[in-house]
Amino acid sequence: MSLTPKEITHIATLARLKTSSEQAEFYATQLSRIMDLIKQMNTIDTSDIEPMSHPQDPALRLRADEVTATNLREAYQTVAPATENGLYLVPKVID
Amino acid sequence: MHSNCLSEHSAALRNKTYSSVELTQHYLKRIDSAKALNAFITVTEELALEQAQYADRMLHDNKAHALTGIPMAHKDLFCTKGVLTTCGSKILSNFVSPYDATVVEKLKQQGMVILGKTNMDEFAMGSSNETSYYGAVKNPWDVQRVPGGSSGGSAAAVSARLVPVATATDTGGSIRQPAAFCGLTGIKPSYGRVSRYGMVAFASSLDQGGLVTRNARDAAMVLQAMSGFDQRDSTSLQLPVPDYGNVLEQSIRGKTIGLPKEFFNDDVDADIADAIQQAIRELQALGAKTVEVELPNSEVGIPCYYVIAPAEASSNLARFDGVRYGYRTENYTDLDDMYEKTRAEGFGAEVKRRIMIGTYVLSSGYYDAYYIKAQKLRRMIADDFSRAFEKCDLIAGPTTPSTAFVIGEKNDDPVAMYLNDIFTNAANLAGLPAMSIAAGFDDKNLPIGLQLIGKYLDESTLLTVAHQFQQQTDWHLKIPDIPGVPGGPGGPGGLD
Repeated sequence: MSLTPKEITHIATLARLKTSSEQAEFYATQLSRIMDLIKQMNTIDTSDIEPMSHPQDPALRLRADEVTATNLREAYQTVAPATENGLYLVPKVID
Repeated sequence: MHSNCLSEHSAALRNKTYSSVELTQHYLKRIDSAKALNAFITVTEELALEQAQYADRMLHDNKAHALTGIPMAHKDLFCTKGVLTTCGSKILSNFVSPYDATVVEKLKQQGMVILGKTNMDEFAMGSSNETSYYGAVKNPWDVQRVPGGSSGGSAAAVSARLVPVATATDTGGSIRQPAAFCGLTGIKPSYGRVSRYGMVAFASSLDQGGLVTRNARDAAMVLQAMSGFDQRDSTSLQLPVPDYGNVLEQSIRGKTIGLPKEFFNDDVDADIADAIQQAIRELQALGAKTVEVELPNSEVGIPCYYVIAPAEASSNLARFDGVRYGYRTENYTDLDDMYEKTRAEGFGAEVKRRIMIGTYVLSSGYYDAYYIKAQKLRRMIADDFSRAFEKCDLIAGPTTPSTAFVIGEKNDDPVAMYLNDIFTNAANLAGLPAMSIAAGFDDKNLPIGLQLIGKYLDESTLLTVAHQFQQQTDWHLKIPDIPGVPGGPGGPGGLD
């Protein structure tokens, strides 16, 4: 196995996915197989090749600095799990 | 009525053969009778009838566009204002979008009637529609089998004649593979042609909105309406959209079709190989020339794709945290616990696999070995196409190595599932337009898809070739016989 359950637990923490030890075992097996597939990339020499991040020339478009969007806070907050006075509510992070 | 394709509906509505309300009611009845296919997540009956009434007024006042009054469905990853938009996921199972995607807005402006939102693989991650939180979709040609994915609901709905057209999206083959499995015409335009604003993001450098339809003429009509520049999408192309309808009747005489030898190998089912050869002979009979081309790096397309797509997905899906929208877990101790439980409960197994692969290949110490390596291969794959297109006007081959498989067959093996994309994902990596059109049936009476890949921005050639092919063949006219749904080839004629 190229990925151990311990590594899976670490990756899952980075990805903010709660994972039990049985699930870590399960994903270790499956993700190892996916990584074996991915490692087939190494059969091809890519030295001197420029990485391609995108199908287009990545130059970003600019626009005039004008207000175009209206304030939709209320509409957007109607779909939030918990809000109060226009703010999103989350568990306390500072004592 | 449902035996008519979209172009025929357009004419019939104008001639007042039937009204949009009648047509909408007819399709809504069919959707109800075909519930067992599980093609829809949401049916918007009330909204549809309101839109149809409005369309009828426009038609009556001669203010109608070509698409006014025609029923359609959106894949459930296009945001629809006031309508549930789930992306096939529990984490968005309560998300009623506060805004419309650009594609939705544009088709609404044309007066199209939205019948509902179609089922899909969760976050468009899958090739079978089995990863949906709302359950698997059944293939109308054989209800034991998958319709393909991720746009499986859209493909099943069009194939079963529940709508004449449905939107779809394609990140690695998610329009073309289901179109092939369901005997339809599917088009993934060039990257940047159709706005991604309001499409729930999976892999932003690969995602592109498109369509599944019954034929190329219908695809041309709707693609025309949904394409074009959108300042709300930073990757939208600031280029005029050609008149796709105008090019359909052009001859394909003298066009050169490249046949990549890597697409004609032993991994392809014999029936598919035969059908594709036969389709190529049809195209030759229409005056097209063929030439062998090489795509030497296509064998690493899958590994390359399964680094880039999960990497982008892991980043895009970070936004689902239970704070601003969607599902939030019930019990938690602190902020991190809330994030972790919300995401663990809200995402399905395939989405988690991809988030974890993406997180891993982007993590410190592995970034160069995997992510940068994949980006370099992406360049080589794109360059292969550029070289091939020096010798030809378009590329043709099979869409998939096999026809629709049995539901559950590949569930335990993610890698086997990924290999479904073997012929399709290179076009996404390179940003090229591509289509799948019906080109025959295998010995189990399952549809076979012919894939056409075009030069960047050249949807026109694909549509022309597809349309001319459909003038000579009748594969796209075949109708599945669905148990319990009237109006199939062996049925009593049903509602029609």
